[in-house]
Amino acid sequence: MKVLVAVKRVIDYNVKVRVKPDNTGVDLANVKMAMNPFCEIAVEEAVRLKEKGVASEIVVVSIGPKACQEQIRTALALGADRGIHIESDEEVQSLEAAKLLKAVVEKEEPKLVILGKQSIDSDNNQTGQMLAALTGMAQGTFASEVVVDGEKVNVTREVDGGLMTVSLNLPAVVTTDLRLNEPRYASLPNIMKAKKKPLDVMSAADLGVEIKPRLTTLKVEAPAARQAGVKVADVAELVDKLKNEAKVI
Amino acid sequence: MSILVIAEHDNSSLKQATLSVVAAAKAIGGDIDVLVAGENCGAVAEAAAKADGVAKVLVADNAVYGHFLGENLGELVAEVGKGYSHILAAAGTTGKDFMPRVAALLDVAQVSDIIRVESEDTFVRPIYAGNAIATVKASDSIKVITVRPTGFDPVAAEGGSASVEQVDVVKDAGLSSFVGEEKAKSDRPDLASAGIVISGGRGMQNGENFKMLEQVADLLGAGMGASRAAVDAGFVPNDMQVGQTGKIVAPQLYVAVGISGAIQHLAGMSDSKVIVAINKDEEAPIFQVADYGLVADLFEAVPQLEEELKKVL
Repeated sequence: MKVLVAVKRVIDYNVKVRVKPDNTGVDLANVKMAMNPFCEIAVEEAVRLKEKGVASEIVVVSIGPKACQEQIRTALALGADRGIHIESDEEVQSLEAAKLLKAVVEKEEPKLVILGKQSIDSDNNQTGQMLAALTGMAQGTFASEVVVDGEKVNVTREVDGGLMTVSLNLPAVVTTDLRLNEPRYASLPNIMKAKKKPLDVMSAADLGVEIKPRLTTLKVEAPAARQAGVKVADVAELVDKLKNEAKVI
Repeated sequence: MSILVIAEHDNSSLKQATLSVVAAAKAIGGDIDVLVAGENCGAVAEAAAKADGVAKVLVADNAVYGHFLGENLGELVAEVGKGYSHILAAAGTTGKDFMPRVAALLDVAQVSDIIRVESEDTFVRPIYAGNAIATVKASDSIKVITVRPTGFDPVAAEGGSASVEQVDVVKDAGLSSFVGEEKAKSDRPDLASAGIVISGGRGMQNGENFKMLEQVADLLGAGMGASRAAVDAGFVPNDMQVGQTGKIVAPQLYVAVGISGAIQHLAGMSDSKVIVAINKDEEAPIFQVADYGLVADLFEAVPQLEEELKKVL
C-alpha cells in the first residue's frame, strides 16, 4: 500500500527562539531550520512499515518556500521514495495546508497518511484532523503504536488518562506522538542516493487551492519573564519558606 | 453572540477544565450553551446545568459518542454548532482530536490553545513552546477555539440553573471503533487540575524511585507529573508528562525533582504560582524559573522533605 507522509520545515528545536523587536513575529533570519520532530517520527514510521513489507511506496510532501526541499531530501534519504513540493512563499495556515494535502491525497490515493501531531513553531495541532475531515477519512491522533491489519489499522493513542486504542477503516490519517518510534539518522550513501530520487514541484494554484489566511497575527511578544528566585540551604529552610513565606502548603 | 461550549467529561463526571472553558466564554460575552455528548451522561448534564453562567445544556446521549471518537463528535458538533458565533472546547486530548474536524467541516480556521480573550474575535495564544505569545484575530463567521484551561479561572460549579434539552442528532461516521484503553488508576488528584504538582525527571533514575515522590505527593495531596525524559526512559506512563506536548499545568505549587528544565518542559509548567526545584546540578536551567531552588542530591533531599513535611502538616 502507498503511504503519504507530510513534513514541515521549522526552526530547529534546539534553537533559542527570539521575538523580533518590532513584535511582528519570531526572528528566523540566519536561524538553523530542520524537519519538525513529529514529522521525523512520521517518516520513520512509514519507513518501518515499508521494511515490514506493509508499505510499498512512500511519498513525502511538504508545503512552503523552496528551502523546504531540504526537508523533503532528508525524508528521501531516510527511505521515502519520491517527493512532492507545494511551493508557497506566503504563510500557509492549517486549513489551507489541509486543503492542499487533500488535493494530493485525491491524486495519489494513499492508504495511509502520516503526519506529525503538531509543529513546534505554531503549536496548532490541527492539520491532520482537518485533512481527515475534508477527505472523510478516520483519524488516529497522537499515535504511540500503529498496526495495519488488512483493511483496518489499529492505532494506540496517547490520551489524557493514559492510552486508548481505536480501529480505523483504511484509508486513514495517523498523527504521531513522541513515543511512536525513535527516528534513525540518514547514512551518507543514502543522502547521496536521495539527491537522485524524483521530486515534483507544484503550486497551490496547480492543485486548485486558493491561499486565503483566515487568521491574522496582530503581534508577537516575548512571554513575561519569571522573577529569579532564591536558593535555599537545606530542606528545612525550603519547607519553612513554603509554609511561612509563599504560604502554599 | 452565542457560544457553544463542548463539555469535557468521562460520562460520569464533568471535568473541571469545562468550567475554565465557560470562563473563557464569559470573557467573550454572550449566551453560553453547553453541549454534553456521551453515553449515559445524564449526571454530567446535571452538573453542567449548575455551572455559573450557563444558559442551556444540550445533551447528545448515544452509544456513538460513548468513547468520544473524533469522527462522530466532529460531525455532531459541526451540526449543532453551526448556528453559534463561537464553539469552544478544552485543549485536552479529546478537544484537540475533534475540534479541528469541526473547523474543517465548517470551512473555518481554528484558534488553538488560547490563554486570554482580547475581544470577540481576538485571542492570545502561546507559540514556539511558549517562547512567544501571539495575539491572533479570526475573520471567520464562526470561531472554533480550543482553550487552555490554566489560562482561565474556572467559574463556580454551583449556583447556576440552566435548562437541559436532549439533542436528537446521531452521527455515526462509521469510520472508526473503540478497541480498548489503559487508564492510569490513581487516587491522587488529576494532574491538570491539582493545586500542587510534584514531578520527577531523568534524575529519578528509575520508576521504582518515583515511590519516594509518591509519598511526598500523598502528604501534600499533590498530583504526580514527570518530564519527557522520565517518560521516554519508561520510568512512568505517558499521561504523566508535563510539557509542550504533554500536559500544561499551572498549580499553586510545582515541585520539580531531578528535572533539568528543558524549554519543552518549562512550556508546560512555567505559569505555576510557586516553583520549587531540587537538583544536584546548580547550573540546571530549572533554577532560572524556580522561586526556591535547592541544590542537593534528591535521594537525600526527598526523604528529608517527607520528614520535614510530616512535622508541619
